[in-house]
Amino acid sequence: MAILEVKDLNVYYGVIQALKGISFEVNEGEIVTLIGANGAGKTTTMQSIMGLIPSQGGTVKFDGSDITHTPCHKIVHMGMTQVPEGRRVFQELTVYENLLMGAYTQKDKSGIKQNVEEIYTYFPRLGERRNQVAGTLSGGEQQMLAMGRAMMSHPKLLMLDEPSMGLSPLLVDEVFDIIVNTFNKAGTTILLVEQNAGKSLAISDRAYVLENGNIVLSGTGKELMQSEEVKKAYLGG
Amino acid sequence: MITLLDGLSLGAVYALIALGYTMVYGIAKMLNFAHGDIIMVGAYAILTTINACGNVWVGFAISVVVCTVMGVLIERLAYRPLRGASPLAVLITAIGVSYLLQGIAQLVFGARPHPISMPNLGMINIGSTRISVSTVVTLIVGAIIMAALTVFVKKTRTGRAMVAVSEDSGAAKLMGVSVNTIIMITFAIGSALAAFASLFYLMQIPTVEPTLGSMPGIKAFTAAVIGGIGSIPGAMIGGVLLGIIEKICQSIPAISPYTTAIEFSLLILILLVRPIGILGKKRREKV
Repeated sequence: MAILEVKDLNVYYGVIQALKGISFEVNEGEIVTLIGANGAGKTTTMQSIMGLIPSQGGTVKFDGSDITHTPCHKIVHMGMTQVPEGRRVFQELTVYENLLMGAYTQKDKSGIKQNVEEIYTYFPRLGERRNQVAGTLSGGEQQMLAMGRAMMSHPKLLMLDEPSMGLSPLLVDEVFDIIVNTFNKAGTTILLVEQNAGKSLAISDRAYVLENGNIVLSGTGKELMQSEEVKKAYLGG
Repeated sequence: MITLLDGLSLGAVYALIALGYTMVYGIAKMLNFAHGDIIMVGAYAILTTINACGNVWVGFAISVVVCTVMGVLIERLAYRPLRGASPLAVLITAIGVSYLLQGIAQLVFGARPHPISMPNLGMINIGSTRISVSTVVTLIVGAIIMAALTVFVKKTRTGRAMVAVSEDSGAAKLMGVSVNTIIMITFAIGSALAAFASLFYLMQIPTVEPTLGSMPGIKAFTAAVIGGIGSIPGAMIGGVLLGIIEKICQSIPAISPYTTAIEFSLLILILLVRPIGILGKKRREKV
């Protein structure tokens, strides 16, 4: 069953059309990836789904309701959120306070406390630095914090925008491992946007290739890894 | 000693107003130049109630309500439609709202200054110095309000959301924060603080006129910039600093005529030496 359905989505920046009527869907429990080069429209797609930038045509349905014109904060309350590109943790708040911000939609105080402890078990480094302001964390730690913070809202669907960007290969493996074996296994549906096509296709149930605002290819992660076009354009071979 | 206490007390008034400027700047990224005029609105609310029922405290309670509602209305009607517009358009609108409020006050109450009879709280002795009770009350209540505000911002869900919106409103939305609601709350708090400021201001200068808010408003804005605009402790430090400097200057006959000039020169000096203010932050991007 599709939890997210994007139909004929059009987004313009002024006169430039960034998304030229793209359609795709994400089923419950899946890991789906959008791959594409810089400027293909990956981040625009995510921001438009989240209501952070307006769309000029098409519809977005989440969990059965039309959210095409729903403001971002309401979408979060409905159970979808995003780990934005560049992490965007709150630099002046501590690790703990950042996690509390992630639980902004949650009312149950003891549940929130329990969730914080859970996040510390996924990311022990965050536990060690719980009272440190986020601005002093390394890039990798900020990525973990951004992911932990997003999970605090118990999303049904979590979107991650370039989670591997700027991380060392070791950390990239760790981040992908947590997405698959912790978040997805716990029942969170994942929509991933990545330039690191090899790693992300390997963990994806399905994937879409975005080029200049159009979806040019789709298939299972395995199919796309074997596709000649994808190999040539994105896998360096 | 008296000069210092007077300065602290005036500084508390400036700080209360400066908080309104700095919080709105931090969260809505705009300079609300109509903020000083909210003090004037509060003063007229106190004046009207005193004339009607004679009780200054009832007047104060009503002025808190009137100021808060006024602040929220101004945000809703004048500023919210301009969300995302160029900062210059918002700034000009704010100046327009300021003149509008002064114009309405002049239309309703006339341009003539109205004397207002504030209760005389008497004098007390602290050690060997005699000081008016209203100075002490201003000081203590000001300190309590600022402490409460600090705790509110640091410890509550809404306070944290305010910090988050001020740092990155897009990321705050992704947490489920309604930025419009947070901006509305900020205007409400800032305007309620302005009502406190208007009560304390009237205790020191018991005259109400349509331009009453201009000078304390612009001085509090100066204090906010000196302290570092956007920073809550900065507004407090800037306000107290400016209040003390003003009272010290006034107490020295030779320089007392130049008090205002000295205060604004201090602003220019700070802008030259440390443009972000005492506690202002430079944002560094982490890649």
